[in-house]
Amino acid sequence: MDTATTSAGSPPAGPGAPIIDLGVPLVGGGHDRPSTGTSGLTLSEADRSDRFAQMRTGELGSVHSWELVTAVDGPGTRLTTFLSGCPLQCLYCHNPDTMEMRRGEPVTAAELLARITRYRNIFQVTGGGITISGGEPLMQPAFVARILRGAKELGIHTAVDTSGYLGANCTEEMLEDIDLVLLDVKSGDPETYQKVTGRQLQPTLDFGRRLAARGTEIWVRFVLVPGLTDDPANVEAVAAYVASLPTVTRVEVLPFHQMGRDKWESLGLRYELEDTQAPSPELVARVREQFRSHGLTVY
Amino acid sequence: MAITTEHGTAVTPQPERPVDAWRGYVAGPWQDGIDVRDFIQRNYTPYNGDAEFLAGPTERTTGIWNRLLAMFPEERAKGVYDIDASTPSTITAHAPGYIDADNELIVGLQTDAPLKRAIMPYGGWRMVEGALKTYGYEADPQIAKIFTEYRKTHNSGVFDVYPPAVMAARRSHLITGLPDAYGRGRIIGDYRRVALYGVDALIEAKKLERAELNMERSTEDVIREREENAEQIKALGELKAMAASYGYDISRPAGTAREAVQWLYFAYLGAVKEQNGAAMSLGRTSTFLDVYLQRDLAAGVITESEAQELIDDLVIKLRIVRFLRTPEYDALFSGDPTWVTESIGGLGEDGRSLVTKTSFRYLQTLYNLGPAPEPNLTVLWSHKLPEGFKRFCAQVSIDTSAIQYESDDLIRPACGDDAAIACCVSAMRVGKQMQFFGARVNIAKALLYAINGGRDEISGTQVAPVSMPIQGEVLGYDEVYAAYDTLLDWLAETYVDALNCIHWSHDKYAYERIEMALHDRAILRTLACGIAGLSVAADSLSAMKYATVRPVRDESGLVVDYVVEGDFPTFGNDDDRVDEIAVELVRSFMGKIRKQPTYRGALHTQSVLTITSNVVYGKHTGNTPDGRRTGEPFAPGANPMNGRDTHGMLASALSVAKLPYDDSMDGISLTSTVVPSGLGRSRTEQVTNLVGLLDGYTVSNGFHVNINVLNRDTLLDAMEHPENYPQLTIRVSGYAVNFVRLTREQQLDVLSRTFHGGL
Repeated sequence: MDTATTSAGSPPAGPGAPIIDLGVPLVGGGHDRPSTGTSGLTLSEADRSDRFAQMRTGELGSVHSWELVTAVDGPGTRLTTFLSGCPLQCLYCHNPDTMEMRRGEPVTAAELLARITRYRNIFQVTGGGITISGGEPLMQPAFVARILRGAKELGIHTAVDTSGYLGANCTEEMLEDIDLVLLDVKSGDPETYQKVTGRQLQPTLDFGRRLAARGTEIWVRFVLVPGLTDDPANVEAVAAYVASLPTVTRVEVLPFHQMGRDKWESLGLRYELEDTQAPSPELVARVREQFRSHGLTVY
Repeated sequence: MAITTEHGTAVTPQPERPVDAWRGYVAGPWQDGIDVRDFIQRNYTPYNGDAEFLAGPTERTTGIWNRLLAMFPEERAKGVYDIDASTPSTITAHAPGYIDADNELIVGLQTDAPLKRAIMPYGGWRMVEGALKTYGYEADPQIAKIFTEYRKTHNSGVFDVYPPAVMAARRSHLITGLPDAYGRGRIIGDYRRVALYGVDALIEAKKLERAELNMERSTEDVIREREENAEQIKALGELKAMAASYGYDISRPAGTAREAVQWLYFAYLGAVKEQNGAAMSLGRTSTFLDVYLQRDLAAGVITESEAQELIDDLVIKLRIVRFLRTPEYDALFSGDPTWVTESIGGLGEDGRSLVTKTSFRYLQTLYNLGPAPEPNLTVLWSHKLPEGFKRFCAQVSIDTSAIQYESDDLIRPACGDDAAIACCVSAMRVGKQMQFFGARVNIAKALLYAINGGRDEISGTQVAPVSMPIQGEVLGYDEVYAAYDTLLDWLAETYVDALNCIHWSHDKYAYERIEMALHDRAILRTLACGIAGLSVAADSLSAMKYATVRPVRDESGLVVDYVVEGDFPTFGNDDDRVDEIAVELVRSFMGKIRKQPTYRGALHTQSVLTITSNVVYGKHTGNTPDGRRTGEPFAPGANPMNGRDTHGMLASALSVAKLPYDDSMDGISLTSTVVPSGLGRSRTEQVTNLVGLLDGYTVSNGFHVNINVLNRDTLLDAMEHPENYPQLTIRVSGYAVNFVRLTREQQLDVLSRTFHGGL
């Protein structure tokens, strides 16, 4: 059938996410989330000392926001919960307001699970589920473990979006409850990794291998920042590593964007990438091709 | 069977049943009385496959469409292409007209030439005169004299009977968009009846109804019905005459697919020659026509390409329905809409899907002819629809944005499985139900009146009855809510008074003769009330409840602004704290409406719909306690306010889905915009995810959603270079419009609406 006549000006369909200036911001958790907040979640009123105790047991978490998303953060329509606190200091972070745990809101596991339960039908008809993102979810392993367990008891698909740096915090019991890991491999070259995140690459590599060894499905994300992560050798190192993980089912190359700039400013933080441009379509195409040449499914 | 006459010669009488036209159809009660639904149910072929079978446009189709495409730029530039200013339109007033007489498969135009608009003065002379003047045409003095001196119009009738309270509420924009100067529309004739039975059988049925009426005493109701019945019969006769002028005899049933499409279109054409209604919807015709197409395809009489051509030709005709309206009207209902709404899909009461190949063929016109706002293609969605159809709908949405969706799972229990949408979101049983269109009241402005003791927040004029203005430095939720409740009692009363006046006058001076001729005698009438500004009102009340709202008063004590301290939950985030306020407002206002007596005993209903008038309502509403500034547009329909829905498109939709359908049976409208990449990485994934979203929304009791799949850059470019986007279609609150035909203000409003990067 003839589908040639489509609405004027729509971007040409091709493999991979379209690259548009206005940008559907695609970094980190997936895209821009203008201070979505915890609206609809009742905040815990426990006092300070109780809070610490509850956080240790995982009854309480520090939550930045939640959002119902589609087409990012895993298959189908998902409830993505952003937790506060991250051990990395990525230069290009577009959610710097999730870096510090103290900026989050106290939400009990029971409260979050109640909201998850509310969307059970949606997850079912859309083939979706929950995604725990951040920040770094593995900063709050006890809380995350409770949420994952609760979701699995409801028969809900689960995903965790992590840099893998704190992979050691992820217990075997937790892995039992995780259907998909969105693994952010921020660089393949250890030095570049250190430059980008302020931390070491090795724990991420180890975590990915552990996931692959036990058969956990992985989607790899790689943020492409011109002048920072785009070196062919760096990309090659990521691609070679990823290709060595048999449970990786897709790779998402996420073009850097400037949507997070204002947040850095409003937080009074120094932003290093002030003058960095979004990657050109040619650059994005080159990098995707590098991954593809390893036999990977790339978007 | 033969009858022997007194002369002993045997004659064959006219067959009792049009056996030839109905050859091969499964018999049933539909043959003994008018029952189109029964015919469909016994004869249609559900289709569970995908879109592979569809045919592209033929050269003939493209040729006809190109002729019109060449005329659109001039129409857009001038506002109208041409007007016949001297012939008040009736079913038979104009000579036959053609686009390309030698090549059209389906014929018939509103006037004697394409895009030439007719005058329809029965609704009101001022509208006609104003429009003619705007477009540089002289009103014929003789016709002006007739419709001002000799023949009263609907418009002058209404203003003879409006009470002062209605006039005041109307003038201050508290009650707006009332159909008191134009045709009310929102009535769907069962145009299929003409194809299935032929006009003569319909006249016979109307005569039977008349016989019943003749047996009743001549009370006011009965007399009116008799007069209406007489008008209906006359209109059916005129319909035959109009078709005859094109060389067709529609007194008999349609015998082929081409005839079925042609007969049905003639019936609809009669309606749009006679009425300039606010919405002139088509009904639910695709599966009906499929029965005819299927029979001819099976017999090898036509090919798939020829079947598609018939539908393409019908749709071309529906795309060029035009009415003469004033610029003020267009400011309210922008984009020159006609709401030729066609309802497609849905499930039958027996659980079978009502999707047929012709359901696909209707959607295929968006590819064969390119995207367009009309006809207003509306899919009655259920997660139980066949997967192939769901995926095709999603694909068409992604490619054209030209489909709206309504929940079949809510409509079917309320209106059965032969219901159609009138206008944007009003479901009704075809041929068995009609509505008295009532536009809407501005409940956000009403809240300001409650705070100000009934005075208008902009003019300071006392409009509502005097009450005690809210005193003090902080607005207390309970106190304001109580004052609001009282004010809404008065508003409901005044509003229904206005509607009763309007419909009394419309029935009297601008009765829809042919549309009502294609209805049963005993019909359900609804009084379709409506509210605008729901999210503004809900957020404002939420601000009072969860934050601190300090009123700012001018020297006369009038509250003209609000200072809000602290955070408050806003509608559109699936947050029950505020969503419950919105739900309560809907329930409570419906309850107040139900207490009012209605013209002709109509059943009270309500919609949460603004169409594009949310911009105009906003313009006439002062600062509101939610932080919205004077003049700022409202959100369209039941939408959350722009930018306040921050938890994703679905969370936003789920807030709207909480609004109770049983207290808004005239529909609840939601408009959502996404960019294609926000739906998925690949086209397959985008289709899968959109299907999932529509399923997720409808299983959560969502009623209606417009899906715009757009890129912000596309819209920006279209604003700068409208000439490059003649067909760019976007959906706004219940219908689709050509983006380039919106005012700049409306274009900016569309842009400022949340663009959901991901859903």
